[in-house]
Amino acid sequence: MKPDLRNNRDFIAGLLFIVLGALAAFLARNYPFGSTMRMGPGYFPTVLGVILLLFGVYVLARGLRSGDKVKGEWGWKPLALIAASIVLFGVLLDRAGMVPAAVVTLVVAAAAGRDFRFKEVLLLAVVMTTFSVVVFSYGLKLPYPLLGSY
Amino acid sequence: MDLLANLALGFGVAFSLENLAYCFAGVALGTLIGVLPGVGPLVTIAMLFPITFHLPAVPAIIMLAGIFYGAQYGGSTTSILVNLPGETASAVTCIDGYQMARRGRAGPALATAALASFFAGCVGTLLIALAGPTLGEWALNFGAAEYTSLMLMALVASAVMTQGDSAKGLAMVVLGLLVGVVGVDVNSGMSRYSFGIPELVDGIGFTVVAVGLFAVAEIVVNLESREPREVYTGKVTGLMPTAQDIRDAAWPTVRGTAMGACFGVLPGTGPALSSFATYMLEKKLARDPSRFGSGAIEGVAAPEAANNAAAQTAFIPMLTLGIPASATMAVMLAALTLQGIAAGPQVMLEKPDLFWGLIASMWIGNCLLVVLNLPLVGIWVRLLTVPYRWLFPSIILFCCIGNYSVSNNPFDVYLCAIIGVLGYVLVKLECEPAPLLLGYVLGPLLEENLRRALLIARGDPTVFFTRPLSLVFMIATLLILVIMVAPAARRNRQPK
Repeated sequence: MKPDLRNNRDFIAGLLFIVLGALAAFLARNYPFGSTMRMGPGYFPTVLGVILLLFGVYVLARGLRSGDKVKGEWGWKPLALIAASIVLFGVLLDRAGMVPAAVVTLVVAAAAGRDFRFKEVLLLAVVMTTFSVVVFSYGLKLPYPLLGSY
Repeated sequence: MDLLANLALGFGVAFSLENLAYCFAGVALGTLIGVLPGVGPLVTIAMLFPITFHLPAVPAIIMLAGIFYGAQYGGSTTSILVNLPGETASAVTCIDGYQMARRGRAGPALATAALASFFAGCVGTLLIALAGPTLGEWALNFGAAEYTSLMLMALVASAVMTQGDSAKGLAMVVLGLLVGVVGVDVNSGMSRYSFGIPELVDGIGFTVVAVGLFAVAEIVVNLESREPREVYTGKVTGLMPTAQDIRDAAWPTVRGTAMGACFGVLPGTGPALSSFATYMLEKKLARDPSRFGSGAIEGVAAPEAANNAAAQTAFIPMLTLGIPASATMAVMLAALTLQGIAAGPQVMLEKPDLFWGLIASMWIGNCLLVVLNLPLVGIWVRLLTVPYRWLFPSIILFCCIGNYSVSNNPFDVYLCAIIGVLGYVLVKLECEPAPLLLGYVLGPLLEENLRRALLIARGDPTVFFTRPLSLVFMIATLLILVIMVAPAARRNRQPK
């Protein structure tokens, strides 16, 4: 029986640690390492990268042996939508202003939920955008344009 | 007596109209958001953290502390009424608290939780006032070597004692330390892991990491789960516990407080473990253990007292040593650092108004909680019925605004999305994010002290084992590792 690695929890976790550890150590190769007495900027990250890699190997090996699966489904769709809503906020705030940024973020984030009711989301967008404008622009006096770019 | 003079100073600071207002605002906001289902204290603090950013140091930290116990307390309200703990610390309260609510005794359960928390909060605050200065004075003798081993101990303990397995916890600490490395190296002025991006030269902002790891990741996890929630919608009537209730709850409260106070100081254990431990203890001590799980009032009083006491005493290592014992304390530490205050034994000497003002405001905050919670419980109950599909987009929006407002730079918002994705993947792989956050906060300090210690010792690593205090911390670290890892290793060796 061929073990299914794609959903093997510890195998993936180990792999992630190995990749990140190796990457950290690799990127730190250009930073002066120094000696134990006079550590250079490369010492600490290199050592950490190697330790992370070793933990990764251990976790990966354990995953191969136990074969425990990831619990539940991966929520790629909500994850992508939530991440997109956050990125859109950053993109829009500078270029279009606070009001469009808030509305778009709320609507895109709401789309990540299972139960998307269009009218309700519109209402939520209106209420929460007004609320944030009142609190952040008038209350805390954050200097962002409500509409339009800087 | 010194203590009285100090407390007088503290109350003088805390009772100023401005600070009182921030304390109240913190407690109210914390409760308001903490009571919303599916929003735990960490998310609450991470989300509201940027608000305090523009305040002066003393009100900022007072408000954050208020948010913290407000959120913590709000969590027990959700446990009792919705059977949905905001965080692991109040998970135990669900067992009996929710049963009490189902039997129409939600009122007494809430009141007991509030009063037990209040009692524990008072004791905890007193303990900070008593132990803080002593510990701080002792810590003044710490050199770089002692700090290095102490931090190592705190990090290992936090990794090993959180739920989940130790190897992954330790890996998460290391990953957190690496995240903390990003930015300019103070010793050489070299920028590390910044990939030529100017925004990364200053390092990755704390709000970015905290919001990404906790708020974003948690929301996605909540969205993917399909279990319908059973919400208690009945009216909360008859708030006051009966005389019998009070008699039943008194000793468990005291025992819970004692246990929680001890656990709170230990890194990595904090409120969660202490409430589980006291629940187990009460079940053992009870004359009729079978009542537990079907609405025993002791099962509400003891864990609530324990987690509140632990939440208070967790401030001790953070304030006196500059070492956070939990992810929430890491947030507090980061807040202090952002305010330009290096947490540690010097804070008490150099900023007595901050230290004692905070302690006094903790006590005031605990009073406010009781005042705010018991009469207003009707409002909180109504908040519980707010559907999650309205909540999470709003939380995301506030997190974005908060993140943006810290640096006025969209880059932080993008980075937060990336860390959120990473955080979600890690949670799915059952890697606890709390050790990562601790590693990230302590990373720069650890590197700094490690370098200094070895420079002073001329590169001789045995310095950590020849200085007596440092040796004690090292032995403790090893013990923690052996105790926690050995049983797991034995279990693993046995064929399944």
